[in-house]
Amino acid sequence: MNSSTRKLLTIITESALERILIEEIEHLGARGFTITDARGKGHRGPRDAAWDESSNIRIEILCDDAIADAIARHLRVRYYDDYGMVLFVSDVEVLRPEKFQP
Amino acid sequence: MSMLDPVLLFFLLGVVAGLLRSELRMPAAVYDFVSMLLLLAIGLKGGIELARQPFGELALQGLAVIGMGVLLPLLAFPVLRFAGRLPRADAASIAAHYGSVSVGTYAVAAAYFASRQVDFEAHMPFLLALLEIPAILVGILLARGFSREMRVGVVAHEVFLGKGIVLLVGGLLIGWAAGPEGLTPVKPLFFDLFKGILALFLLEMGLITATQFGSLRQHGPFLVLFGIGMPLASSVVGIALGLGLGLSLGGTAMLGILAASGSYIAVPAAMRISVPEANPTLSLDASLGVTFPFNVLVGIPLYHAMATQAFALTGGLGS
Repeated sequence: MNSSTRKLLTIITESALERILIEEIEHLGARGFTITDARGKGHRGPRDAAWDESSNIRIEILCDDAIADAIARHLRVRYYDDYGMVLFVSDVEVLRPEKFQP
Repeated sequence: MSMLDPVLLFFLLGVVAGLLRSELRMPAAVYDFVSMLLLLAIGLKGGIELARQPFGELALQGLAVIGMGVLLPLLAFPVLRFAGRLPRADAASIAAHYGSVSVGTYAVAAAYFASRQVDFEAHMPFLLALLEIPAILVGILLARGFSREMRVGVVAHEVFLGKGIVLLVGGLLIGWAAGPEGLTPVKPLFFDLFKGILALFLLEMGLITATQFGSLRQHGPFLVLFGIGMPLASSVVGIALGLGLGLSLGGTAMLGILAASGSYIAVPAAMRISVPEANPTLSLDASLGVTFPFNVLVGIPLYHAMATQAFALTGGLGS
């Protein structure tokens, strides 16, 4: 099987940010992403998605190292102070690597 | 006070269930649906009436209400900033919440007036929609002045294309275009079921309010005092404006209620984007944890009584 390694960038944050984040992520070179509704609890208290203001989203982006790095750095500078945001990067095997680079 | 309206009992059920940590929760999609129905129903009802109103009078009332939407946050801000010693961003954000309106409170008030056969100007939803917006802009300006970089496009999108405004204004336009006969086929869903839908909506509001009580304890008595004092002061402004505009007794009381209510949908979403350093918990604690329950349980009959007094004293200015 012909596979190769890419980065999986996962962002969990407030759903209020969805529209802006999509724009910025695409601008930074991501070719696609997946968004799911999420709920949970962190140091800012429970986020139970009972209604709009307390709901979270999880954004997953498959991309190469450089883009993952650029997005992570941008989000850290711009949003970490004022918004609930968790971000992590993992290595994943993908079957069609050309899909996930600019 | 006469027996509580049954819809308020649903609200209390939600509060109690929430405080007891019941498993009860309304699926987000159902809550969305219920609030959509409410917004559309309110819009449609107002829209039918719009066609019958002379344009000049509507424009005058609209401008006056926009002026009130600018004034209220300007009154609230110094109180929050200096009496409450809140940081500038938080004071501005909370002020914006209180200058804007709560459609849920309006719906409860409409049901209250209907059950008491008190008439009010049926185009009131038009004023409701207008009153949502100016406070948001004032809040943003109070927080950051004109200078700092602001994503105007994003903010405008959030303000004018938020779910609440689109449905309310859309309902107004559909009601206006279709007229009373045109709307007959959809009447059973939007008008006949209104109270049942409102009951479900209030059940969920009760649950949300209960979760707000928890964090309210951490922020001390100032927010509680403000959450009750501010609507009392605002209602006086609203009632005075209603008298000045020559509205009916019901309409004057309703304007007092609109002034007293605080937003918890449109404003939090807009503030989160445009004033990110403001703590969203503070404003929601005040507007949802204190002001919304105060208004629906105590405020509405109180503002009605205040308007009645004001009418007795002035003999209803202008009419």
